Amino acid sequence: MTLALNHYLVLAAILFSFSIAGIIINRKNLIVLLMSIELMLLAVNLNFIAFSHFLNDLAGQVFVFFILTVAAAEAAIGLAILIVLFRNKQTINMADINEMKG
Amino acid sequence: MIESLVFYFFAAITIVSAGAVITARNPVHAALSLVLTFFSSAFIWMLLEAEFLAITLVLVYVGAVMVLFLFVVMMLDINIARIREGFIKFLPVGIALALIMFGLIYYVVSGDQFSLESMAAPVAKAADYSNTKELGMVLYTEYVFAFEIAAVILLVAIIAAISLTLRRRPGTRYQNPSEQMKVQKQDRLRIVKMEAEKK
Repeated sequence: MTLALNHYLVLAAILFSFSIAGIIINRKNLIVLLMSIELMLLAVNLNFIAFSHFLNDLAGQVFVFFILTVAAAEAAIGLAILIVLFRNKQTINMADINEMKG
Repeated sequence: MIESLVFYFFAAITIVSAGAVITARNPVHAALSLVLTFFSSAFIWMLLEAEFLAITLVLVYVGAVMVLFLFVVMMLDINIARIREGFIKFLPVGIALALIMFGLIYYVVSGDQFSLESMAAPVAKAADYSNTKELGMVLYTEYVFAFEIAAVILLVAIIAAISLTLRRRPGTRYQNPSEQMKVQKQDRLRIVKMEAEKK
């Protein structure tokens, strides 16, 4: 029994739905929200690499390379914003971040 | 056969640790589970002959991004009980949405178009095939502008992260190296001529 593309795609689908569930159930927790986004990007990257392998095309891997770059930048800026927020409000609870209504 | 075993082993680790990320009580445990998820996915990427990206995932993600996450989690004083509010309340919605999402994606990807019959597994690369070299060949020719934009994005991220978190606290004493370097003898030393004191 050899591994088909299905196996990898289903694994990526499981990871993606886990991260969606993580975003819904950790709505109050900004840090775990960011982690769920990282998990989501990982699932997408797995899809890209699986297709790149089975289509024998390196473009998928190049794309993953750029996604990793942007994800690192996003994590750095997101955590910086988180720190500034915590410094100003002493909380990272989403329920307390409600000043910018409408 | 051995490939399937490796795949199922690391896929199981990935799924279990991904579940731990979203359900962990303590954000530190969530971050550590995410590290495990990245590690086991790196093995699966190795299985897909993406060696360079697998190593990059471990070095950049586990080595830099997750360490950043851990630093931030440990620096902030988080009230776990408060951020867990609504966990139980949103749990059914989250599970339902995840199941719907998974069902839809599964319906698409488990079809015949991605099976071995319609998309055969590629022939394994020769032992002297270098994934890094091939990736570099495309990256520095065909995608060179995208590569430079990625570099600019990283630069912007560095500047943004530093300028967001930089603060000068009033009343803090700190050294000013340029002032220290510019100092002259006459700024610091004053020679006072005076008569010798009589006994």
